[in-house]
Amino acid sequence: MRRRLFKNLLSEPCTEPLSPQAPGELETLGAELRGAVARGLGRSLAIREVDAGSCNACELEIHALGNAFYDIERFGIRFVASPRHADLLLVTGPVTLNMREALERTYAATPAPKWVVAVGDCAAGCGVFAGSYACVGAVSKVVPVDLVIRGCPPTPVQLLEGLLWLLRADGRAAADMA
Amino acid sequence: MLNALFGELSAVASHRGWPRAPVNAGTWRGIGEALREGKLDLLGEWGDAAAVHCALFEPATRKLQIATHEAGSGAAPSLAVFHPPALRLERAIADLFAIEMVGLPDRRPWLDHGRWPQPAPLAQQRAAPPAATGATPPARAIERPPYRFLPAEGPGLHQIPVGPVHAGIIEPGHFRFTASGETVVRLEERLGYTHKGIERLMAGQDLEPAARIAARLSGDSTVACSWAFVQAVEGALDFRPPPRAVWLRGVMAELERIANHLGDIGAICNDAAFAILHAECGILREAALRTCARAFGHRLMMDRIVPGGVAADLTHDGEEAIRALCGRLSSEFPELIELYDNTASLQDRTAGTGVVKPSLAAQFAAPGFVGRASGRAFDARVSLPYAPYDTAPVEMVVRQEGDVDARVWVRILEVERSISWLRTALTALPSGPVRLPSPATPATSVECTAMVEGFRGDILAYVRIGAGRIERCHLRDPSWFHWPLLEAAIEGNIVADFPLCNKSFNCSYSGHDL
Ligand code: SF4
Repeated sequence: MRRRLFKNLLSEPCTEPLSPQAPGELETLGAELRGAVARGLGRSLAIREVDAGSCNACELEIHALGNAFYDIERFGIRFVASPRHADLLLVTGPVTLNMREALERTYAATPAPKWVVAVGDCAAGCGVFAGSYACVGAVSKVVPVDLVIRGCPPTPVQLLEGLLWLLRADGRAAADMA
Repeated sequence: MLNALFGELSAVASHRGWPRAPVNAGTWRGIGEALREGKLDLLGEWGDAAAVHCALFEPATRKLQIATHEAGSGAAPSLAVFHPPALRLERAIADLFAIEMVGLPDRRPWLDHGRWPQPAPLAQQRAAPPAATGATPPARAIERPPYRFLPAEGPGLHQIPVGPVHAGIIEPGHFRFTASGETVVRLEERLGYTHKGIERLMAGQDLEPAARIAARLSGDSTVACSWAFVQAVEGALDFRPPPRAVWLRGVMAELERIANHLGDIGAICNDAAFAILHAECGILREAALRTCARAFGHRLMMDRIVPGGVAADLTHDGEEAIRALCGRLSSEFPELIELYDNTASLQDRTAGTGVVKPSLAAQFAAPGFVGRASGRAFDARVSLPYAPYDTAPVEMVVRQEGDVDARVWVRILEVERSISWLRTALTALPSGPVRLPSPATPATSVECTAMVEGFRGDILAYVRIGAGRIERCHLRDPSWFHWPLLEAAIEGNIVADFPLCNKSFNCSYSGHDL
């Protein structure tokens, strides 16, 4: 193990600079949002992830945000175990009827100020599950949504750009924050 | 055994591939008894408009047989009376089709939480595709008494309810632990939270949109789910996909296996608080996903396997990327395994923890690494070989211990074997087209059952097509048979070891909940 640790100490980090352009796939539902998040939180963001019936691929890519390439914690963003500790809910899936109440209660348990980001085509508008008897559809039908990150699933880069966009109060490029 | 039960019966002509035969109550009972005696494995049981089907495997002869019992009167005899692994499958049949499984020992609803606009959504299947945009169904249309968990009582016992929203970035489900101090006396799962109505959505769809839904049964297994679905479709239509496409499907499936196994090995170590292997496996997993993106245009290779072949050809650049990945894994992975194997504090957590007894694994026909870590020598690639594994076999990995450590080792060895299989496949890759137009579908119904080995275990797909559209599709995720075994594995372990056991199973919620 010591050999491995020593080797890692001498090697370059895996993290890469992000592209400086504004993320293309984002939609914001509140123009004030960016400033508000940054003013309220500075550069610290606690996220509670809620799977509201996804196929689990969105979770895989959210998970990937923690690996050595994306290392989301270097931006002050971290995932927390309880909605009571969260500033932001990251919601995936077409909100199944069986998960609707759990999502509502998770939102209610999150202290204000709070934000909701809908992740993936399902959370954005039901995706391939549109028309099912068992799904509500877009997350925004159940709780207020502040930002939508599309994709099936969105890549870790898209996720990171979306989240950093929220934290970037003064319009600096995401890469500046690295 | 299959011969004794089915020798005299004639199979349904419309069912291609493995035979399907309608049986009477006597034979159905005989099936139940054969399952109870362990002579047959139950690989699936699912409902239909007026029937119940089950898939049976005979290990001695390596034969698969589908049996159908009619349920026109709204009832069929339960197999779970004889064979407990059928229990949740039959509860789901009762929920979705309103077919009464006569004798079913547990009548509590399973997937139906009393929130769908109408109960038994598949009872009258409509052939027309569902409207693309429906009005929001009302929440809680049916009031139900609260779900009754099984009682576990005794002095000093306490309950720990967990979920459906969990602490990590994982899928939703509810776990009810009954513990005596630190020791888990019983775990009862309650699932169904991610039920998306996949089977009803697929009915009436054209083949391509149905394939996109099948690809999202369980996103981590998207390649294997798609493959199982299209294999059943192509089987039903008697269509042979071009050879290059078949090989490329194998390449994708092995890449998917490698990426998931790497993720799992890292996550299991992380739950034993050994973060360095989590980080290192995470790097290799990311390298694998990037390779997939370069080779096939999507990190998880979603929607790349389509009816008729594969969506895009592998370029020379993609081929080189896969070769480079194999090279990197071969040089870096063994070093990580050495670290796993030589860290006593980690072994202390994984060895002897969460044991699934071989007898239980055999009874539940435990798919994938859960079964193979407990002595069950079944791997669909070997036991019911399909192309390209019929000409390029993989070697099955089997361990006996049945603990977390054995499930890690099965994964480790499977990563190594998948790497060498990939090398062989890239050399053997034939040239030619990768997609042909699917043939016109016959006017009468045709059907087929297929089985594909995903990273988690075997996925069973039953598809019936009529006039170009899906009439009925059932996809059985391996997790159906893993979840009950997880309940058994945790018994007698400490609560703090649950995450570790759970990760070593890595069951799919979405795949199970449909
Ligand atoms: S958006 Fe795509 S990847 Fe995400 S949950 Fe929906 S189907 Fe799965």
